[in-house]
Amino acid sequence: MADLKPDELIARTNFTPPKTGWMDTPTVIREGMFCYAAKPKSVATLGLPYPREWNPLNDDWKLPENWKEIIIEGMKDRLERFRTFKIFMDICVRCGACADKCHFFIGTGDPKNMPVVRAELLRSIYRNEFTKAGKILGRIAGARELTLDVLKEWWYYFFQCSECRRCSVFCPYGIDTAEITMMGRELLNLLGLNIDWIATPVANCYMTGNHMGIQPQAFVDMLDFFADEIEDTTGVRVHPTYNKKGADILFTTPSGDVFGDPGTYTAMGYMILFHYLKERYGLDVTWSTFNSEGGNFGLFTSNEVMKRLNIKMYAEAKRLGVKWILGGECGHMWRAITQYMDTMNGPADFLEEPVNPITGTKFENAKSTKMVHIVEFTADLIKHNKLELDPSRNDNLKVTFHDSCNPARGMGMFDEPRYVIKNVCNNFYEMPRNCIREQTFCCGSGSGLNASEDMELRLSGGLPRANAVKYVQEKHGVNMLACICAIDRAVLPPLMGYWVPEVDVTGIHELVTNALIIPGEQEKTVNLRGEDIPNKDEMDPDEYYTRPDFSGR
Amino acid sequence: MNEKYLYPLMAVIALFLVAYVGVEAVGLQWLFGIIIPFMALITFVVGFVMRVNDWARSPVPFAIPTTCGQQESLPWIKPNKIDNPFTTGGVIIRMALEILLFRSLFRNTTCKLNEGPTISYVWEKWLWLFSLAFHYSFLTVLVRHLRFFLEPVPSSLQILDKLDGFLQIGLPGVMISGVVLLAAAMFLLLRRIVISQVRYFSLAADFFPLFLIIAIAVSGIMMRYFTKVDIVGVKELTMGMVTFHPHIPDGIGAIFYVHVFFVSVLLAYFPFSKLMHLGGVFLSPTRNVRCNTRAHRHINPWNPKVKVHTYAEYEDDFREKMIGAGLPVEKEL
Repeated sequence: MADLKPDELIARTNFTPPKTGWMDTPTVIREGMFCYAAKPKSVATLGLPYPREWNPLNDDWKLPENWKEIIIEGMKDRLERFRTFKIFMDICVRCGACADKCHFFIGTGDPKNMPVVRAELLRSIYRNEFTKAGKILGRIAGARELTLDVLKEWWYYFFQCSECRRCSVFCPYGIDTAEITMMGRELLNLLGLNIDWIATPVANCYMTGNHMGIQPQAFVDMLDFFADEIEDTTGVRVHPTYNKKGADILFTTPSGDVFGDPGTYTAMGYMILFHYLKERYGLDVTWSTFNSEGGNFGLFTSNEVMKRLNIKMYAEAKRLGVKWILGGECGHMWRAITQYMDTMNGPADFLEEPVNPITGTKFENAKSTKMVHIVEFTADLIKHNKLELDPSRNDNLKVTFHDSCNPARGMGMFDEPRYVIKNVCNNFYEMPRNCIREQTFCCGSGSGLNASEDMELRLSGGLPRANAVKYVQEKHGVNMLACICAIDRAVLPPLMGYWVPEVDVTGIHELVTNALIIPGEQEKTVNLRGEDIPNKDEMDPDEYYTRPDFSGR
Repeated sequence: MNEKYLYPLMAVIALFLVAYVGVEAVGLQWLFGIIIPFMALITFVVGFVMRVNDWARSPVPFAIPTTCGQQESLPWIKPNKIDNPFTTGGVIIRMALEILLFRSLFRNTTCKLNEGPTISYVWEKWLWLFSLAFHYSFLTVLVRHLRFFLEPVPSSLQILDKLDGFLQIGLPGVMISGVVLLAAAMFLLLRRIVISQVRYFSLAADFFPLFLIIAIAVSGIMMRYFTKVDIVGVKELTMGMVTFHPHIPDGIGAIFYVHVFFVSVLLAYFPFSKLMHLGGVFLSPTRNVRCNTRAHRHINPWNPKVKVHTYAEYEDDFREKMIGAGLPVEKEL
């Protein structure tokens, strides 16, 4: 990918579709645009069907003899179990409102990345097998035979969708391509056709408790290392607790933040915050090594696998006897928690309805899942003046905020992160309206596509996001992109490096703890990244929230 | 490429010929005026009900609304009660705006890749506007036609006629709804042919209903303004249908039977086509559920039993290492 300059990459993007119709345009699986096939060991760990070595570039995918039958049966079964699937197969009028809403279409110009066509890849088979019109009229009714080429096309394009749901916002019938992609991937998984970047994290998470496969002793080591780092920059020693029975709150966050920069600074941020709350208010938050993953790549595999991974959250909360669960900054984790967890693994009647013991705030909106988002939690603390903050410590930053797809369109968390940022940073600038909040653009690497071998796909798909960042960089000198998603923190740095150099990426809780005045801290001269802290000047954070340009709602 | 619209166009022309020849040359007024419309209506009603029933038979295992506004959260943060509805009332408003005003389509933008590169997103209101015009004019035309099936004609329908014809151009007065219907349908058709992206994913099944509706509108307009159909005869026929005393009055031109035949085909085709979005829009699970999934548990009727890796198994795998790292364990070595 390094050999293709941004200009060259964009020059290849052309919104004019090819002369041949999509059914007659064969799909060529191209390097850089796909992730490697799932390793048999990972598929077998979960006991999923047909683990084997196979290569997407080979003609022979080593499919079982009766693969067609398996797919058709799988479709039938899912049509009966999911009303979404049935309705989304039947009612699309192909108005095209979704067509240019997809970041992968905008970035690649490949018409099969138009959400409508992505869905038609599946619908054409549905019509052929399950509708009278399709059976009688065939192609005229938009039906086609299920062939090996069709299956390969499915695989290629259902792993070129990041399930971000942006198209669904614009669809007059609410047709959700994420749901269609999820069905497509469930079907592909019936034949063992997962990608390794999903299958192996899933297997790791199942066995060791997190996607990265970090074993318990290593997990403790890593957090200890962070504690050393924190001590170096702040002079304060934090003492995280692990698997502690009887703690007030169980904390769960993506292991990606324990593993790689700049997520590690966010992880340090959590540790400092919990230390602060322990010292000041006696709040006892514990981490778990068994439940050391907030993310859930099962969501990208099948609903059953999602359930098998998610079940650990409640199981561990129950075993430790905590009051409720606090969840870290993560995107698809919060889609799973908001829209699936309680249904799948609830009711969590062994937990208490979450109350912030420091402020007394009842989190009414989470009274059934018993799981609170840390940004909601921190926003509540700040609102009640429970955190001593000095936002001028972030004055070297001009911050913009990237709404991550899932907290945006699967939850609706928009104002809480902005409130927190504006209270810990003095310089905040919004990207243009069509690129934020419910219309936010995906990082281009969501839904398990954040591997390295598909970098061209990621950089193409990330173009709309990067372009909006570039806009505020040029207009306001923005140099920091804040986000509340661990995948974002892993993938936005290379994306920015490619399209918008000089813009760095941060989690919100890194910003919070930069500004947080920790009891007993040494005079801070550097932040967690070891960068110089600018000189203090007086600034009222509330002023920023009430400013007329606050695009809050 | 053009087979996508040539086939449907030919099909509509063929339908015209079938009805025209059937009535003019063969004298099948009974077939086209009474039997086919009845059968079409039955097909429509039964087909529609069966299709909706079929959808409803499949459960909604997960509540997966698309949240398009601020969630209900802390008391001092103002939630968007319509685009992220926490309550049933909010859902009703959201659905009403969706169904009556095409709210999601209203958001539509067009993406442009410019030099730089910069990408711009421009508000695209035409599709929304013409879709709305199309559906409402169609509805008005439909309601106006009730006058053929009611005797006496209710005053509300007469008022509607007055409103629809308020321009008072020509004799008989021009009904705006008919003109708008034709214009909007033409827009939707041309859009599919002219915009290369839209043409690319359009199917024959997208062109056929448009040609058919245009044919319906044209034949209706022909009757009203040009061939001046025998309106008394038509009313006699339609009243005969609703009172189940069907009979064919003399002197109604063939164009009437063509018009009725087109409508019959549309009705019969409806339940088997994308036109079912009329029913589907009410049932779309990303719009019609409350966004309160963290406060109220949604039940999945087939919630599967799954194999899990328990904490006990995990501890068995790592006990020694956990003890070494000072982690508490349930069972000592």
